[in-house]
Amino acid sequence: MARTLSFTAALNEALHIAMEADDDVIIIGEDVAGGGGRKDQGIEDAWGGPFGATRGLIGKFGPERVRDTPISEMGFLGVAVGAAATGLRPVAEIMFIDFLGVALDPLLNQASKMRYMFGGKARVPLTMRTNVGAGNRASCQHSQALYGMTVAIPGLKTVIPSTPADAKGLLLASIRDDNPVVFCETKSLMNSEGEVPEGDYEIPLGTASVVREGGDVTLVGMGRTVHTALEAADALAEDGLQADVVDLRSLYPLDEATVLASLEKTGRLVVVDEATPYCGIASEIGALCIDKGFDFLNAPVKKVTAPHTPVPFSPVLEDEYMPSQEKIVAAVHEQLGWNT
Amino acid sequence: MISREEALDVYQQLRTIRSFEEKLDTMMKAGKMAGFLHLYVGQEAVAVGVCSHLNDRDYVSSNHRGHGHCIAKGVDLKGMMAELFGKKTGICKGKGGSMHIADLDRGMIGANGIVGAGIPQAVGAALTVSVKKTGGVAVAFFGDGATNQGQFHEALNIAATWKLPAVFILENNGYGEATPAEFAAPMTDLAVRAKSYAMHSLVADGMDFFDVFEKAGEAIDRARKGEGPSLVECKTYRFLGHFVGDPIGYRTDEELNDWKTNRDPLPTFETKAIEMGLVSADALRRIDAEVTAEIEAAVASAEEAPFPSPEDVLTDVYVTE
Ligand SMILES: Cc1ncc(C[n+]2csc(CCOP(=O)(O)OP(=O)(O)O)c2C)c(N)n1
Ligand SMILES: [Mg+2]
Repeated sequence: MARTLSFTAALNEALHIAMEADDDVIIIGEDVAGGGGRKDQGIEDAWGGPFGATRGLIGKFGPERVRDTPISEMGFLGVAVGAAATGLRPVAEIMFIDFLGVALDPLLNQASKMRYMFGGKARVPLTMRTNVGAGNRASCQHSQALYGMTVAIPGLKTVIPSTPADAKGLLLASIRDDNPVVFCETKSLMNSEGEVPEGDYEIPLGTASVVREGGDVTLVGMGRTVHTALEAADALAEDGLQADVVDLRSLYPLDEATVLASLEKTGRLVVVDEATPYCGIASEIGALCIDKGFDFLNAPVKKVTAPHTPVPFSPVLEDEYMPSQEKIVAAVHEQLGWNT
Repeated sequence: MISREEALDVYQQLRTIRSFEEKLDTMMKAGKMAGFLHLYVGQEAVAVGVCSHLNDRDYVSSNHRGHGHCIAKGVDLKGMMAELFGKKTGICKGKGGSMHIADLDRGMIGANGIVGAGIPQAVGAALTVSVKKTGGVAVAFFGDGATNQGQFHEALNIAATWKLPAVFILENNGYGEATPAEFAAPMTDLAVRAKSYAMHSLVADGMDFFDVFEKAGEAIDRARKGEGPSLVECKTYRFLGHFVGDPIGYRTDEELNDWKTNRDPLPTFETKAIEMGLVSADALRRIDAEVTAEIEAAVASAEEAPFPSPEDVLTDVYVTE
């Protein structure tokens, strides 16, 4: 039975299931409970995480397994790496991916490389949950979509769900994966709702999904831009053009086959990403099309991304910054123009 | 205090680390090895004094100067030597090299090429043993230089706040690369840094096995009893350069000779252990010969071992099964 849940509630459900099923799963991060150590004053779980995704866990699983940390991203991420390498299965939360600036080493040089450096003998089943993306007027240092950076680090996997149902299944799969996984939660989607199946299920990492079928153009998105692409697909349908919309879901491993199969069907591809344009997933998808889908292409691959600027604050500017339905439609029309 | 049997074992380890490192120094200078080598000669009493209290359920994290910690924690010598030669039979299949030797089965969770990075990892291991209630402890070895890193401070604060069974072994050898410790931090006893975290701290003579053994023992005992972490500063000295090939130049010959002549941890141990009636000089000379033979055998087997195949570059990135 599926019910309607918010993204946050779906994540929360996944965490409850994961902790129930496996005593080795622990939660570690800033204010994952809140009001730490004040149980005798009747205070516990004041926040349940900055967005409420970890609510109720401390009450059920106790402070030993649900740990509010000092504001020490580098320190507690390093602690989580050590705990993962020695037998726990930590879910560490870096509130905003932007904060990796003060915490990168445990990911960049430790978690990602231990298995390799140690000749295949280490397992680092760490999940790093983190919040990404713009659209909430959170400005330059709380809005970036830096997953391109983690995708570029061998040894890490990077995941970004676009619906509550995928969020739950991908989070369960990420926690149970024996590799370090960066799990990106798009902040502008946290309150969005969707049908979520009950119970325990996993969505395998590395599987994209085709969320709308059409034969004229492929729109590839991830996280929030899947929804932008779907809006664009509606607009295109009014002009009689049918779009195939692919939700990548997992950025590494990347489901190349699903992208290429769609391109083969449509001959045109627009990739939509709210990250900045250089050295990112959009460029990577473009390269994939040229390398392995060249014969399918009837028009140049188009990237609809954020500009090469920081994320601005002013709503007028931020709205301009984000990929939009209009920009996608314009890119598709450019492709059609090229073709005729 | 230690028994006669343990005393022989201690000497065997001190000697093994010393001879292993000196052999590497010679081979590196003869062009037989590649990479960076940071040798532990002079600091042996610290690794051995600390690890004498540990067993396989205890964890150790280490730094770039890690060979001594690995040997004292029981990592296989042949596997280490093969690793240093980049051979397929190396403890990390030749993929890690000197700065990344690890053996999780022995509780050795890794040397480290990033100064300070092993410290929070030991705290993570302490979290594991605490959540799993194994009765184990986790020890981080690091240098004076590492205490100026953020990872040190964040990790100590977390360990102290959470009262984890962690022990921080600060090997103050007076230098971080070419920079004197007193030029990088404004105090002589770096152990005082524990005070910021309301953490127990001790200062030990890092050249004297017995003193390290006693102070580290106190810290490890406290951790095992659930009394929280400690910082143990061991005053020590490295007899060789920062790495093999270091032109040095930042310290005087008088300073070096004083430490080597008067404080060398091997003769210091030998004199004391003989005085205490624990060992005889003859027994120690037999150990010297055995250790030399063992290291020659490790070198020979490493030299004969195959290199990895080029395709092995692609394996061991992810857990795939
Ligand atoms: C983050 C980082 N910064 C700088 C270096 C380069 N480096 C390697 S060892 C070292 C000195 C470390 O000094 P200390 O911690 O006292 O250890 P010691 O070498 O004296 O044993 C430095 C600066 C590094 N490996 N990692
Ligand atoms: Mg030093």
